[in-house]
Amino acid sequence: MLTNRSKVVVDKKMTFSERIYLPAIIGGLFITIKHFFKKKATIDYPKVTREMSGVYRGQHVLKVDENGAERCVACGLCAVACPAEAITMTGAERKPGEEKLYREEKYAAVYEINMLRCIYCGLCEDACPKEAIFLTDRLVEVSSNRDDMIFGKDKLKEKYFNEVDITKRLTKEVIEFKKDKFHLHNQMD
Amino acid sequence: MVSGFIIYKAIMVVVVFLIGLGIAAYSTYAERKVAAFIQDRIGPNNAGPYGLLQPIADGVKMFMKEEIIPDVSNKFLFILGPSLAMLTACMTGAVIPWSSPIVINGVSYPLQITDVNIGILYIFGVVSIGVYGIMIGGWASNNKYSLLGALRASAQMISYEIAMGLSIIALVMTTGTLSLGEIAAQQAGWHWNVLYQPLGFLIFITCAFAECNRTPFDLPECETELVGGYHTEYSSMKLGFYLFAEYVNMFISSAIIATLYFGGYNMPLVGRFVTDPNILSILGVVFMFAKVFFFIFFFMWIRWTIPRFRYDQLMHLGWRIFIPLSILNILLTGLGILVFNK
Amino acid sequence: MTLYIFYFLSFLAILSAFMVVFSKNPVHSVLYLIVTFFAIAGHYILLNAQFLAAVHIIVYAGAIMVLFLYVIMMLNLNKETEPHKSTYLKLAATVSGGIFMVVLIGSLKGVEKIENLNAANQSAGLIKNLGHVLYNDYMLPFEMASILFLTAMVGAVLLGKNELK
Repeated sequence: MLTNRSKVVVDKKMTFSERIYLPAIIGGLFITIKHFFKKKATIDYPKVTREMSGVYRGQHVLKVDENGAERCVACGLCAVACPAEAITMTGAERKPGEEKLYREEKYAAVYEINMLRCIYCGLCEDACPKEAIFLTDRLVEVSSNRDDMIFGKDKLKEKYFNEVDITKRLTKEVIEFKKDKFHLHNQMD
Repeated sequence: MVSGFIIYKAIMVVVVFLIGLGIAAYSTYAERKVAAFIQDRIGPNNAGPYGLLQPIADGVKMFMKEEIIPDVSNKFLFILGPSLAMLTACMTGAVIPWSSPIVINGVSYPLQITDVNIGILYIFGVVSIGVYGIMIGGWASNNKYSLLGALRASAQMISYEIAMGLSIIALVMTTGTLSLGEIAAQQAGWHWNVLYQPLGFLIFITCAFAECNRTPFDLPECETELVGGYHTEYSSMKLGFYLFAEYVNMFISSAIIATLYFGGYNMPLVGRFVTDPNILSILGVVFMFAKVFFFIFFFMWIRWTIPRFRYDQLMHLGWRIFIPLSILNILLTGLGILVFNK
Repeated sequence: MTLYIFYFLSFLAILSAFMVVFSKNPVHSVLYLIVTFFAIAGHYILLNAQFLAAVHIIVYAGAIMVLFLYVIMMLNLNKETEPHKSTYLKLAATVSGGIFMVVLIGSLKGVEKIENLNAANQSAGLIKNLGHVLYNDYMLPFEMASILFLTAMVGAVLLGKNELK
């Protein structure tokens, strides 16, 4: 028995009060009127949004550092870690004069996440050694078109001076966890 | 004098008609709200404050939709169906007493369009015509689902009309009149007929549900089996008329239940505090509508509580339970009159 | 005013009665018959017999014609399913119809002089007087009629039962 509410079905003759159904109907009416005055579960969505957990795993962001340079080095660890194989990237070498744009010598020329494949597990975030990719509490914008759901750097990269707050996901415990042997490559510099 | 009479009656007719339609329109809104509340939702809330403009939006939508008349159907009858449904729904309001007469300058103006001395029979006649709207519409659609819905509707309405008529006979035995105005006036104070006819009331209200094709008796339009029932082929405002007629019927049924069994415009104890007949009359309108609204709410409350019957259960209930029960009610009433009266 | 209404109703009744006979589609016939019943109910109201008018509409238009319509819709009668009528059958129908007409004309012959209804008689059709007359003067025929109905009901139930011993 999974719950204590299950009833054993008995094929017995109904009593008179059961056969006239009126008590059952009145009982049903009381149940419905009780719900009539209950607090409603509806959230008036576009005007009011449901309160979200700070560690909600929504749309990804490619972080930039404090100078506005991309952190990603196109190492491919996130793509390897991704169980849904949603991430593809093409690496490129930084040319002289581009130091403001890219933090290290290698960068991702193309970085695409297929949002239809992504299962929002957050393993890419765990795998990233450069703290470049994070899942945020933003909802993914929908589209009626499959092609639009492959997000490139234009949609993923955060804008300089318009940073996406990821402090809730990057807590002390997380940093501590990342120092674990298992994530050796992850050790912060 | 005669022209004044005609003007007064014309005003009454227009007012009752408009109130009926207005209440029916807002019943659609109320239905959605009640359904939502019972299901822990909040219902329509975007058109205007609290969604109060929703019926207007729905009406505009209905008017704007494409009008489709099936090629194979009989065009005249196809249009006649919804018109008849609407017509018969609106006609019943003529004999309902909304309140006691208002006296202005010594002239008494009854707040009732016409007090026919056979008011109950008039209602019965109109209700029994009401089934034609559904039958003709269902047949003219030339669609099997529509036809089945129409046949179900007619069989159901005829069956429940009998029990309804028999329950009213018991009521007429206690009131001794067929005029709705007199029946309402008799119930002043605590003499509500429901206290004398509890079984008759139960039968009457159940049959009223069946006559209005409301859940749990909405088999003529039951979506799971018949697509839409008799209005499957209808679109645009013709469909709107069918749906609207249902709500007008619900309003009128509530008014009739309130008049016949719940004292109409009477409210106990009020006569002790208010003596001016005109103020009493206006209060009477308020009480009448309060009762009507309660029964409209009750219709909706039942709809979102009880699931639909199976068709054989419906017929079993109508023929083998309600008809014998209402005959028993007549016998008991006769016995009661014999023992307690005179 | 009353006279014009009478003419209009009579015209409507007779016209729709003819249409009952002449229309090809049985459903149309039934609908015309309903119009006829309404016109006759209108006549009753002109005679101040409101009760009779209401009962006429409830019983004939509201119940019996609905059943007619029901059966016709169920059978879905149309040209293809129309049974073949032999010449003899047509002849017999004409003769019996003609005889019926003769009977009707003969019965009308006796009542050429209709007494004018006087003012005291105006309320004769109201329900109170009708009840008094039915339950005092015509008690026996009234009860006999109800026994007749009871017999018919018993017969209907008997026919409706499938298994008969």
